[in-house]
Amino acid sequence: IMCASAKYNTRGPALIPRMKTKHRIYYITLFSIVLLGLIATGMFQFWPHSIESSSDWTVEKRSIHDVPVVKLPADSPIPERGDLSCRMHTCFDVYRCGFNPKNKIKVYIYSLKKYVDEYGTSVSNTISREYNELLTAISDSEFYTDDVNRACLFVPSIDVLNQNALRIKETAQALAQLSRWDRGTNHLLFNMLPGGPPDYNTALDVPRDRALLAGGGFSTWTYRQGYDVSIPVYSPLSGEVDLPERGPGPRRYFILSSQMALHPEYRLELEALQAESGESVLILDKCTNLSDGVPAVRKRCYKNQVFDYPQVLQESTFCVVLRGARLGQAVLSDVLQAGCVPVIIADSYILPFSEVLDWKRASVVIPEEKMLEMYSILQSIPQRQIEEMQRQARWFWEAYFRSMKAIALATLQIINDRIYPYAAISYEEWNDPPAVKWSSVSNPLFLPLIPPQSQGFTAVVLTYDRVESLFRVITEVSKVPSLSKLLVVWNNQNKNPPEESLWPKIRVPLKVVRTAENKLSNRFFPYDEIETEAVLAIDDDIIMLTSDELQFGYEVWREFPDRLVGYPGRLHLWDHEMNKWKYESEWTNEVSMVLTGAAFYHKYFNYLYTYKMPGDIKNWVDAHMNCEDIAMNFLVANVTGKSVIKVTPRKKFKCPECTAIDGLSLDQTHMVERSECINKFASVFGTMPLKVVEHRADPVLYKDDFPEKLKSFPNIGSL
Amino acid sequence: RKAEARRSWPRWTDRSLLKSFVDPEELQRDGDPSLLSPRERRAAWLSAYRGSRCRMETCFDFSRCEKHGFKVFTYPQERGQPVSETYGKILSSIERSRYHTASPEEACLFILSIDTLDRDHLSGQYIRNVDEKIRGFPLWNGGRNHLIFNLYSGTWPDYAGDLGFDIGQAILAKASFDTESFRPGFDISIPLFSKEHPQRGGDRGWLYQDSVPPKKKYLLVFKGKRYLTGIGSGTRNALHHIHNGKDIISLTTCKHGKDWEKHKDTRCDKDNIDYERFDYQELLHNSTFCVVPRGRRLGSFRFLEALQAACIPVLLSDGWELPFAEAIDWGKAAVVGSERLLLQIPSAVRCIHPERVLAFQQQTQFLWDAYFSSVDKIVHTTLEIIKDRLSPHRSRSRLLWNALPGGLLVLPDFSTHLGDFPFYYLQHGYSSSKKFTAFIRAVSQAGSLSQPILRLIQAVSGSQYCGQIVVLWSCEKPPPPSGKWPQTTVPLTIIQGRRQLSDRFFPFEAIQTDAVLSLDEDTSLSTSEVDFAFLVWRSFPERIVGFSTQSHFWDPEQGRWGYTSRWTNELSIVLTAAAFYHRYYHSLFTEYLPAGLRQLVDGLAACEDILMNVLVAAVTKLPPIKVTQRKLHKEVAAQQAECRDGAAGTPPPGQRSPSAPHSAPAKVKGTAGSRRFSQRQDCLNQLADWFGYMPLVSSQLRLDPVLFKDQVSVLRKKYPSLEK
Repeated sequence: IMCASAKYNTRGPALIPRMKTKHRIYYITLFSIVLLGLIATGMFQFWPHSIESSSDWTVEKRSIHDVPVVKLPADSPIPERGDLSCRMHTCFDVYRCGFNPKNKIKVYIYSLKKYVDEYGTSVSNTISREYNELLTAISDSEFYTDDVNRACLFVPSIDVLNQNALRIKETAQALAQLSRWDRGTNHLLFNMLPGGPPDYNTALDVPRDRALLAGGGFSTWTYRQGYDVSIPVYSPLSGEVDLPERGPGPRRYFILSSQMALHPEYRLELEALQAESGESVLILDKCTNLSDGVPAVRKRCYKNQVFDYPQVLQESTFCVVLRGARLGQAVLSDVLQAGCVPVIIADSYILPFSEVLDWKRASVVIPEEKMLEMYSILQSIPQRQIEEMQRQARWFWEAYFRSMKAIALATLQIINDRIYPYAAISYEEWNDPPAVKWSSVSNPLFLPLIPPQSQGFTAVVLTYDRVESLFRVITEVSKVPSLSKLLVVWNNQNKNPPEESLWPKIRVPLKVVRTAENKLSNRFFPYDEIETEAVLAIDDDIIMLTSDELQFGYEVWREFPDRLVGYPGRLHLWDHEMNKWKYESEWTNEVSMVLTGAAFYHKYFNYLYTYKMPGDIKNWVDAHMNCEDIAMNFLVANVTGKSVIKVTPRKKFKCPECTAIDGLSLDQTHMVERSECINKFASVFGTMPLKVVEHRADPVLYKDDFPEKLKSFPNIGSL
Repeated sequence: RKAEARRSWPRWTDRSLLKSFVDPEELQRDGDPSLLSPRERRAAWLSAYRGSRCRMETCFDFSRCEKHGFKVFTYPQERGQPVSETYGKILSSIERSRYHTASPEEACLFILSIDTLDRDHLSGQYIRNVDEKIRGFPLWNGGRNHLIFNLYSGTWPDYAGDLGFDIGQAILAKASFDTESFRPGFDISIPLFSKEHPQRGGDRGWLYQDSVPPKKKYLLVFKGKRYLTGIGSGTRNALHHIHNGKDIISLTTCKHGKDWEKHKDTRCDKDNIDYERFDYQELLHNSTFCVVPRGRRLGSFRFLEALQAACIPVLLSDGWELPFAEAIDWGKAAVVGSERLLLQIPSAVRCIHPERVLAFQQQTQFLWDAYFSSVDKIVHTTLEIIKDRLSPHRSRSRLLWNALPGGLLVLPDFSTHLGDFPFYYLQHGYSSSKKFTAFIRAVSQAGSLSQPILRLIQAVSGSQYCGQIVVLWSCEKPPPPSGKWPQTTVPLTIIQGRRQLSDRFFPFEAIQTDAVLSLDEDTSLSTSEVDFAFLVWRSFPERIVGFSTQSHFWDPEQGRWGYTSRWTNELSIVLTAAAFYHRYYHSLFTEYLPAGLRQLVDGLAACEDILMNVLVAAVTKLPPIKVTQRKLHKEVAAQQAECRDGAAGTPPPGQRSPSAPHSAPAKVKGTAGSRRFSQRQDCLNQLADWFGYMPLVSSQLRLDPVLFKDQVSVLRKKYPSLEK
């Protein structure tokens, strides 16, 4: 019941089941009761959420100096050290999160306190700018709750971003006295600078028992895979300096190193590299004689040359990110921002958000022992790939590094994905930059399957009142060997379909569905009666197609089940004079659409047409009573990125009964309307998805000098 | 509660005065570097991170893999030391692979001949005294660079991960791996598979139909044992709660082990009766989701069974390191549930959108076929994952592992850029190459160039899409000097090749475009044909697009595959005497296929084109594409390995004739044609045997220009000359 909104009706809303009135009333009543029930449960379920929008929240305005002071007795308990064996199923209490229709965890933030020891000396700075930003971001997000009883995850307001800025034992004591601490279960700590001299541990040294750690600088030995979250070390320069995105391509330097306090061993190796490779390698260091007032963090020097930092990073294709005392380095963030491809040299380092980010697409990881081979390794990377990595690097920064908010939300989303894996964000959503998301397609029918011939196809005939012609179509189509069912969509509400005894007797089941409204979109509804994958949409006046022609169309569809396979082809063209798209009819050498007066396609596209058609196209088509076929062509091409397949020589559907409307003027109006449709759809889709090709599909031996009786499809039809 | 004000994080009035978490200069300098020498630190790691804390950088000797590359050595079988059927298959997979070496000096990775698959000491297959035996091996070296396979470890009652011997620094490839003992980036979790699992090829998945909404009878099923006591019983005891008798069928039986009746509870009798009413296979075939709970161990056969059946696995096995999770994104193919939240599973799976269900189903089939359907695939996936770790910059991204055609078919040594492969154009919005390389194999030789090759060069260089011409001179006599070659508008390169047939599919550096037009020197083509075929190829860059075709068929009388070059209504092979394909297939042909297959082709001096077609079909699962041919080309003219002299390029009449209907070679017994025919047929059968199935796929269509042979003015037609 809770996911009713996510379920699709298999019956269209416009359809009234064919049943006796008595039953109809019964069903309508039943339906209303269920509906009321649903609304009631829905209200009950959603009521508390609906008033949670952030604008209604009271926002306190007070000074940081007004926060309550908490005195920690010297003997107050200290949590256990972190447990290295913790995993979600052992140390995390999922029952607190529960099943909820939004698949969102609820995160609670403890209110801010100032902790002092027995002598009144403070344990740490109350809160840093960055941690305040992070908590503000969580508080503004969909994850936030102020109700400690409904929370799944708890975030202490005790700032542990920088281990060097706090007193370890007392901070641990402060954590232990939090109201819901419970050995740290479901508590999340954020730390960017772990460890301290001399050995710099790779994870926060504050004892934290079962708490999850979002840490910057994990090594493979301290990171609890699937439990902790590896986060970036935030670079405050991100907020200060605006580096506009630079287009990908070769840059002045090939390799650049910008870090200031490199270990002499590393520096020696880098200098050796520079000596070998010449001017394309630039090894910068801190500047020794800067005039007063110039911040050292914003300058780098090579010999006597002074460079602006981080701007200089944009001058290089690759930028070295070496480990320092810690594994995580803020320079990684600067490098990504500059769109420079990071070369990460930090053995055993767990890269930020590695649980979801595919770093191979944005960086090069080189083992410390192979540092001297850096130049040749980087040289072997194809130029086109470097350009993609540059774009990817910048995208990672924009999405996951640029602010404390980005870091906080990515961390929570990762934990959320673990708890609701069936609603997790996909690899593509995490990793593909917007430009790729925009230009790429993910074909919903991606598996190369050739459907078995035995399945056959369902012919769907849309009809209004041309009974005689309809019956002829039924008789003709029923001759096609692979037809498995015939479905007549009776689109006329003012007239009943003929009595059952009058219908042609055919060898396959014949079903009639009546529609509630005379809409064109009814022809593309995913009726339950369609039990095959293949649908043949056919108009009630298409009587000229031969049985061989239809059977061949079906065979071609089997080889291209994710495409529209049709007979007459049509083309769209760019009209340079009018600066818009134009519809072109027969006798072109190219094809980009097929008419759906008779076309094979996968039933899935009915589902898409009915439920996933972008914008208002579906209603627009119903209102204008035109262009449903063009809409279908757009839809399929947009989702698959593929062209249509035009089969056989046929160029038009001649319709003997409707010669009356074959006038020239009408023809022109028709072309104008069709052109308008193309322009309308292209603007709704935001792109022109149609693909132009120069080929059509014929039987292998078509027009070959070969005995006709030995050909599979001798009677393939005419123009 | 509602009356109370809701509180968000305060907007501190003085927040602009807050200090940063770190001083900027300190952040950039990061500690005092003089304290730690990187070299010393690495040396200290080597002793600190051993055994259960092994990582590649501490327990694996990379230097062994530098000189000879990734080579795998299998210890020779010792007499009196039988191995199980399954371990035999694993060893033979490795020995058949392109990485195998017989020399331990060359080896990067070592595989024991001792069967370590079953380490349950109550089992009959259990091998005793492994520790002692291993210590006797001079190559063992504390397990460094060794890979150990294991399917079962531990025993009743706790089924712990104990192997009963010290693996030292060896990499463990183990089924039912738990996350706690798994050494990330070092060990490999493999799936549990039965001893009937095929060596190669493997059955295809069961998904034949993509339907939305999923039309299966059941939503979620389980049928299996309910442990009354012991490890794993917690989850199995609860499974009956989700049974609703309608779309969720969850059946358990108490019957297992000798003394189940001792522990039986009140449910058992009824459950046992219900259990018998449903057939496991029937449930597997007819359900959208399958519950895959832990058994005594974390993994189960059920996992691969569900995957093959396209029954989306709902995993209830907390702490299981999923098979090949280093490479495979299981979130795209399975629902990773939590044992503790069993009762939420029905509502969770009900809420998954139909499109997502369809994507899940297709992904199960892709993964099954790419990595799991045979022992070969499981073993090769294991090896490739290790190989990827050796040079991270030449390894597969997660995207390559999780998109068609799968990681095993994508060689990072060819390129790591997606756009260089024929498979990812649409996913990444690349466009296929706009120029092609005409690649002509010349075998005839005379004082001057033959007429056909001159005509051919003229025709292809006339195409606006031709970027270069490369001639592979497969003749001992040197090629004519450059002055004798025709002047062309595009660059013409001559490569001195070897005489082997497989040489024509070598990834020559000289080929600089993605599209290759493979040609025999005596092929006759017109510029229009080339233009049209190239435009078609651009729509199907992963397939072979060509002119002359042949087809294969199953010959039930002979019980083998037959092939025919006669005109038929179908085609499954496009002759590479004139065909477009992506140059990546040269790399796959030369690097991916084992040397044995190329030797087969070279030995027979035939069927290199069949092998290429089989390879491409195995990769794409799709048929090749035939396009219009103006008139008849050279079809099956014997490709003589010898260089002919004099009247080159004019083989004896009759053999050359491609005219329809082709004289059945079987009828002209004793001629070279029939020998060649039967060689090709043998070859086809040997290839099917090596692949473990018949990869070729048939097509019933040909692509023609839109106005081909239509009764309209030729002036309207773009390719009028194709109709002559």
